[in-house]
Amino acid sequence: MTVLDIQGLSVSYGTPRGELRALRDVSLSVPERKIVGIVGESGCGKSTLISAIIRLMAPNARVRSGTVRFNGQDLLALPEARMRGLRGTEISMVFQDPMQTHNPVLTVGRQMIDIQYRDKRSKADKLKRAAEMLALVGIPDARARLNQYPFEFSGGMRQRIAIAMALMARPSLLIADEPTTALDATLEVQIIKRLRELQDEIGCSILFISHHLGVIAELCDEVVVMYAGEVVEAGSVRDVFHHPAHPYTRALLECDPGHIKEKTRNLPTIPGNIPDLVSLPGGCIFADRCPQRHDACTEHPVMSEASAGHRAACHLIKAGAPA
Amino acid sequence: MLSYILRRIGLALVITVLAVTTLFVIIHAIPGDPVSTMLGPRASEDMRAALEQRMGLDRPLPVQIALFFGNMLRGDLGTDVFSNRAVTEIVLGQIPYTLVLILASIAWSAVLGIALGCYSAVRRNSLGDRLTGILSVSVIAVPAFVVSLYSLLIFAVRLQWFPAIGAGDTGDILDQLHHLVLPSLAIGLSWVGYIARLVRASMLEVLGEGHIRTARAFGLPERRVILGYALRLAILPTVTVIGVGMGFLLSAAVFIEIVFSRPGLGSLVIDSIMQRNYPVVMGSVLFSTLIFVASTTLADIVNAILDPRIRSGK
Repeated sequence: MTVLDIQGLSVSYGTPRGELRALRDVSLSVPERKIVGIVGESGCGKSTLISAIIRLMAPNARVRSGTVRFNGQDLLALPEARMRGLRGTEISMVFQDPMQTHNPVLTVGRQMIDIQYRDKRSKADKLKRAAEMLALVGIPDARARLNQYPFEFSGGMRQRIAIAMALMARPSLLIADEPTTALDATLEVQIIKRLRELQDEIGCSILFISHHLGVIAELCDEVVVMYAGEVVEAGSVRDVFHHPAHPYTRALLECDPGHIKEKTRNLPTIPGNIPDLVSLPGGCIFADRCPQRHDACTEHPVMSEASAGHRAACHLIKAGAPA
Repeated sequence: MLSYILRRIGLALVITVLAVTTLFVIIHAIPGDPVSTMLGPRASEDMRAALEQRMGLDRPLPVQIALFFGNMLRGDLGTDVFSNRAVTEIVLGQIPYTLVLILASIAWSAVLGIALGCYSAVRRNSLGDRLTGILSVSVIAVPAFVVSLYSLLIFAVRLQWFPAIGAGDTGDILDQLHHLVLPSLAIGLSWVGYIARLVRASMLEVLGEGHIRTARAFGLPERRVILGYALRLAILPTVTVIGVGMGFLLSAAVFIEIVFSRPGLGSLVIDSIMQRNYPVVMGSVLFSTLIFVASTTLADIVNAILDPRIRSGK
């Protein structure tokens, strides 16, 4: 059973320079009770993808084609009122910057009560529920802390609160947009562990966006690699990390400090830049930066299977080149 | 919270003392003295000396200031040079007219300005937003005395909807309200534009912040997101501006009270300056200062109530 199924999604931004094609023919799916990671560098379209899923897009963004099916219904075709009904109940979000996530002039309790506005229960019941959720994410003395304001919590605490709020309605899909990027390493590990436990308990699926490969490897079941608005590789974490089929994924793994075994003066980088998304080059999107570029790369590659359930958009797969 | 309020009131007292001292010095530096004004050019030296002594003008300036503060604490601001009535009584008799005018002006302009500002921010770049923008800048550019003169010509002289002069019969609230419409229109109009621009700008800033995206991502109704979450924050700079604006409204009121022949602090200040009536000038300016200091202090306290970060000093 698939909770989220995105097929052929293309999203563009209208800019003074012309149409910026932020997402092109993106397909991915999140199975029930699984954690799917999306990895890619800045500007690869991760944030555009999320905002398209929950339909909170920038005013100049436009969906050109594709479907976003959530438990069978196409979210892009849903009336706004129905879509709003899903937000916070069936689909929840945890955002990147915990310092910006909460309203600074309302107490945490007030904000946690507000998001339960659909419930007909009493305010006392809602407060009780909020306190339970805070306790669940590991905030001590939860009841008293509900009366405090966001600025009275540390960044890690605030991200826990954000997770508590997101999971309060027991959603079937949690979208986490780089939830640990703004936190230091020890906190990151704690949050990841807690998220894993909660996911197990609530039984939701998680779409987890990150550029931190270690976190993805630790937390996710499957991973989708995005580059410049396209999915270039997708598969189980084991397959993608141990047998990367796309040269970009390989380059990304080589750049991860965790992968560097030898002492070096210069950290590895991928030479070149992301192509201009307003005037896209023809052919493979990664060709300009690819060390294995060859004649076939002038043609745009389609996703093909490297092994069962492991696909990548590279001509080398068909050519039978070793990954 | 309480300690913040106490600190803020303490600061207000210090400001009042400094302002009053400065005013005292400035008024005494103005050329022309009340003794000549009152007694005329042919007064004898004895008469002049007697009057100066009665008014305390023969003592050194610092002593005069100290005495003034001492008397002030007892509610005694001296007596009118001409009528021999207590200054406190004269000023307190005029203050309600000015206060009502200012409060009415700021109230209608704040309500309308905030509503227009919200509308403009939410419907950004719509026809309504552009129209509001043009109108706002236009009314900001028009001085209050121009509005007052034209509103007099149109609504009082030509259409005769509203009375042209006075403040209405004492005791007849409807009549007084009727008299209040044109003057408060004249003072408040440019504030509508000003507040609308201000609220629009801070609203747009807040609407772009992460917590608004969070509120929407939790499916909160748009109405609650705008009024409960965004406006709560966007209103903070406006509260401060309104607090300071009360001071500017005081000076606008001086013009308006003359144009509309309304009684009030403004008319009183002008008249007593013309007559070099020191005690009355001092008394009315003192009360203006008090109103100004009180309104800025109040604005700070309201902000502290609305924003917990201010309360805790963060």
